[in-house]
Amino acid sequence: MRRHWGLYLFPIPALALYLAFFVLPAVQGLQYAITDWDGFSPTFNRVGTGNFTRIVTADDQFANALGNNLTFLLSVVSGQTVLALGLAVLLAARSRGSTALRALFFLPTVLSSISVAFVWRFVYDPNLGLLHSLGVPGVFLGDEDTAILWVAVAQIWFHAGQMMVLFIAGLHQIPAELYEAAHVDGAGRRQRFRFVTWPMLAPTTALVVAYTTIQSFKAFDLILGLAGNPPRSSLDILSTRIYTTFANSQLGYAAAESVVFMIAIGVVTWMQNRAARIGAGR
Amino acid sequence: MTRRALLAVYALLIVVPLMVVLFGSFKTTPDLFASPFGPPLSPTLGNYRVILGDAGLLRVFGNSVLVVIVSVPVTLVLASLTGYAVARLPRWPSRILFGAFAAGLAVPAQAMMIPQYVQFDRLGLRDSLFGLMLVNVVVTLPVAVFILSGFMRTLPRELFEAAALDGAGPCAVYRRIAVPLSLPSLAATAIFLLVMHWNDLLYPLLFIDDPANRTLPLALLDFAGEYLTDYPLLFTGVVIASIPMVLLYAVLQRWFVAGITAGAIKG
Repeated sequence: MRRHWGLYLFPIPALALYLAFFVLPAVQGLQYAITDWDGFSPTFNRVGTGNFTRIVTADDQFANALGNNLTFLLSVVSGQTVLALGLAVLLAARSRGSTALRALFFLPTVLSSISVAFVWRFVYDPNLGLLHSLGVPGVFLGDEDTAILWVAVAQIWFHAGQMMVLFIAGLHQIPAELYEAAHVDGAGRRQRFRFVTWPMLAPTTALVVAYTTIQSFKAFDLILGLAGNPPRSSLDILSTRIYTTFANSQLGYAAAESVVFMIAIGVVTWMQNRAARIGAGR
Repeated sequence: MTRRALLAVYALLIVVPLMVVLFGSFKTTPDLFASPFGPPLSPTLGNYRVILGDAGLLRVFGNSVLVVIVSVPVTLVLASLTGYAVARLPRWPSRILFGAFAAGLAVPAQAMMIPQYVQFDRLGLRDSLFGLMLVNVVVTLPVAVFILSGFMRTLPRELFEAAALDGAGPCAVYRRIAVPLSLPSLAATAIFLLVMHWNDLLYPLLFIDDPANRTLPLALLDFAGEYLTDYPLLFTGVVIASIPMVLLYAVLQRWFVAGITAGAIKG
């Protein structure tokens, strides 16, 4: 086949923008991370690994945000995965009603996170809100110990429909013969789920868990919308922490926090991949 | 029976808050607290008047529209040209090209925002809608390239080769074969980008200072500070910001699900 050298021109516009405004700043971010730059002074000091040492050993606010982030992550991943799988199983069969319900359950996903935050701010308002008017006592987001869990509920409401759709797609890929075989062997409904559906869905579940994890690290807008800017410490997660540090003109330190943030996401995702592989027996 | 009951409960959990918001946007504050769930007994357009008039949301709405109608097509064109090259280049150049963009998928926006802020500020591109469009395009290139090259690689290579044998140059093959055949994945990617840019708060929050350059999510965040617990006003802002996406979703449901799901594969 004749070589078309012209093909090499096609990716050039995208590559140029990507290198200039993505790769270059990514590299610069690593450089800022070893300085104490405030973001506007012409001078600053290189502090080597000083920022990282402080983050890991002496920064209570960062540790608090990391802790909140993990609590948030675990509650969203477990709650959302179970809910989305349940909804998918209930709605997998196509009928007029199920199509309409799927569309309804997916609807929150198209809203902006700031809109979702306002909806839930009203739900949780301890004096005027929906839960209050239903007679549910509590201060919800104002409760130091459980505030982050209430945000998790809002996050699940926001994205469960999206994960449900992924599970439905996964369910439709399971060959019907497997269910027929299980039925012939006398497996009941529960057993069919336990021995056919659940193992066959493993790759979809891994995908949903991975995506939910990344989404929960990114829950920035939802927190600002629910808690205000800057959020109080009980609602601070890594992304809001970095933003606050940055907004307080500690740019070098915020860049170092970003590096740790990326490593945290990397580690969690790697552990999930390992778990998924072990689960799949590979 | 329990199946129906469970589904009905969840449907209520989705519908009730959204209805409260919609109804609430037509209520006065005292009316909302007197009966948060009911329909507005004496509906008022006062909130809409305040938001569209005094708060200047009409301009903000225009900004949001402008940002998406520029950034989405530009991203699509750049990413589809790249996806096409990935599908047709020899093995190693193709892998390197694809790998370069795929690596960008692993980098979250919060890790990029600080150096990008400094860079755009130095170049004088911050606090402008142009800068916002540019950064939108850049940050979504990795995912758009990932989806589109994934799709174009599934097109049989023989199609490209046969056209090339007939004397069509790469441009003609791109226009007459690659683009028409990849329309479904272009549409899905377009929806994904549309939802993402329309709803994005992070970059406007960082990049925009001048109130005249605000986009909808940023204006909403500002309202929350200004009208702290004036829920009817907040709800009105939510309704105005959501209407375009909800209407499009009603019409193009299948594409929304396909788009957001494709984005989820590697978001």
